[in-house]
Amino acid sequence: MDAFKTFTGIVAPLDRSNVDTDAIIPKQFLKSIKRTGFGPNLFDEWRYLDRGEPGVDCSDRPLSSDFVLNDVRYQGAKVLLARDNFGCGSSREHAPWALEDYGFRVIIAPSFADIFFNNCFKNGLLPIVLSSEIMDNLFRQATGEQALELTVDLEAQTIGLPNGDSITFEVGEFRKHCLLNGLDDIGLTLQHVDAIKSYEAARQQSAPWLFTQ
Amino acid sequence: MKTLYDKLWEAHVVRSEADGTSLLYIDRHLVHEVTSPQAFEGLRLAGRKPWRTGANLATPDHNVPTHKRDEGITDPVARLQVETLDKNCQEFGITEFEMDDIRQGIVHVVSPEEGATLPGMTLVCGDSHTATHGALGALAFGIGTSEVEHVLATQCLIQKKSKNMLIKLEGKLGQGVDAKDLVLAIIGEIGTAGGTGYAIEFAGEAIRDLSVEGRMTVCNMTIEAGARVGLVAVDDTTVEYVKGRPYAPEGEIWNRAVEAWQDLHSDEGAHFDRVITIDATQIQPQMTWGTSPEMVVPVTGQVPDPAQESDPVKADGMQRALDYMGLEAGTPCSEIRPDVVFIGSCTNSRIEDLRDAAAVAKGRKVAETIKQALVVPGSGLVKQQAEQEGLDKIFIEAGFEWRDPGCSMCLAMNADRLEPGERCASTSNRNFEGRQGAGGRTHLVGPAMAAAAAVTGHFVDVRSL
Repeated sequence: MDAFKTFTGIVAPLDRSNVDTDAIIPKQFLKSIKRTGFGPNLFDEWRYLDRGEPGVDCSDRPLSSDFVLNDVRYQGAKVLLARDNFGCGSSREHAPWALEDYGFRVIIAPSFADIFFNNCFKNGLLPIVLSSEIMDNLFRQATGEQALELTVDLEAQTIGLPNGDSITFEVGEFRKHCLLNGLDDIGLTLQHVDAIKSYEAARQQSAPWLFTQ
Repeated sequence: MKTLYDKLWEAHVVRSEADGTSLLYIDRHLVHEVTSPQAFEGLRLAGRKPWRTGANLATPDHNVPTHKRDEGITDPVARLQVETLDKNCQEFGITEFEMDDIRQGIVHVVSPEEGATLPGMTLVCGDSHTATHGALGALAFGIGTSEVEHVLATQCLIQKKSKNMLIKLEGKLGQGVDAKDLVLAIIGEIGTAGGTGYAIEFAGEAIRDLSVEGRMTVCNMTIEAGARVGLVAVDDTTVEYVKGRPYAPEGEIWNRAVEAWQDLHSDEGAHFDRVITIDATQIQPQMTWGTSPEMVVPVTGQVPDPAQESDPVKADGMQRALDYMGLEAGTPCSEIRPDVVFIGSCTNSRIEDLRDAAAVAKGRKVAETIKQALVVPGSGLVKQQAEQEGLDKIFIEAGFEWRDPGCSMCLAMNADRLEPGERCASTSNRNFEGRQGAGGRTHLVGPAMAAAAAVTGHFVDVRSL
């Protein structure tokens, strides 16, 4: 996983609550055995007018003109603004894969679904929770004639606005550390092989029925 | 004084970071074809092996055909995914119930049925409906593919503890009201994000009265209320259910296990961060009208009016849902007519669900306006049991199609799907836009209600039949 660096990017405002993982990446694309290439099918049913199928070149497909990602202002967006409960539904990691593959690095919403939130950190995506009032303000700015550009600094935990204002955000220490350094979770856990082995040995004595198969 | 969740959590912590992030030991890992290929590939690329092969159990379910299975999978992309699971399990020595095995089925049906889900376990799977297994007092939750790889490689997961929520169902459910109605009513009450950040324990008389299968239906949909974990305390019903199953312990170890399981309940006076009390006697048969499981009403009611909603974002969502569903506010539920009926999924495809549906279908005919009525058992063994009881004949005589086990039209990854605009009475768990096929319209109901909609051609209070 690449280390998460400070960057400046255009903001795409997706003004819907309860955006589910079926909407983020529809089921037919889950048949892939790879973890890349989902970007063109991100929000497939909202983004295109025809029905998307795996393996089809999306560059010639008819676009839904009123969908936010098809708006000229938001081309190349790196930050997604969303409403409550973003990423609800299934555990499919194809959802963060699709967002990341499209080019998003940060998703800002008043709340996220737990599994999706967790999956983001495993894929170099930073989900940021901000209050509904701040979100309303960001939505207003992002829907103006000019696209809004934000600067996200994970180290300092700040979001810089063009007028010089800055918004601070919370992120768990451990997750921040992993994201900043692009650390592989499995590698980290395997530093504790002895602890796992001794837990396992003790548990085998106290609850042998968990080890029969 | 600890909650059940506290006890399960503490028994599995290997070590903790200063900020509370913990390394949690995982006793059982269930694997299916959709969320595992990239995880196995990751293992291979890093030169890693599964930490404890025997902790894993695999079966294909999302992509398998439910019809003419002997002809194999015709969709080459789906076939490759199932074959990839077979190959990965062979390469890494993981037990798999392959497509032609009688024990194959939906992972969340198969594992409890085999006794591979035990009280007190931690159990994970790359599927959000893993909460199902909490019905047996197991700490079970869905994970993403990176975590699938992590648990394969280390038998552990890096987790943060959730908060504790208690949902207490007081009193008994009425006649003709089932576990699905109960959980839909709960989601209607707390909303699809009501449980976010919590582990939910379901308790009270109405829960105690449920069979383990009914409890699974409730815990299964915990994720639809936003919570990754749903739990029911262990009691005699749980122990009786587990006893004698193929993977369950035997002899002296069984006795020790049962003794240990006696502690798998929340202590009197344990602290919950949130407590919700619901009067179970007031719950009516439920159906969803919109595109989120919280958009639910009693079947005796009508489609709600966004104009009555004070929150503008919510009202906008309601209007969007009405447009998508092709419904008008104020329409009585009984005037909504499905085109398709689907009885199946990890929520409602166990033997008791099929019995409930068959009891309604018996001696009746699927209405002529219904284009297709599918019954998809949750596993090969459920199918076999149903056939021994003659349920297949009841369904077939009534005009239902009797299929082979799999996830089927719950998420429509295989050939079973809705066409744009088609309306479905479905016993599954999600009514999201496009969930059962692009443009498809889903109404979630329990199995008896789905069968009732099939035979009358419209949604109807099953108690009135």
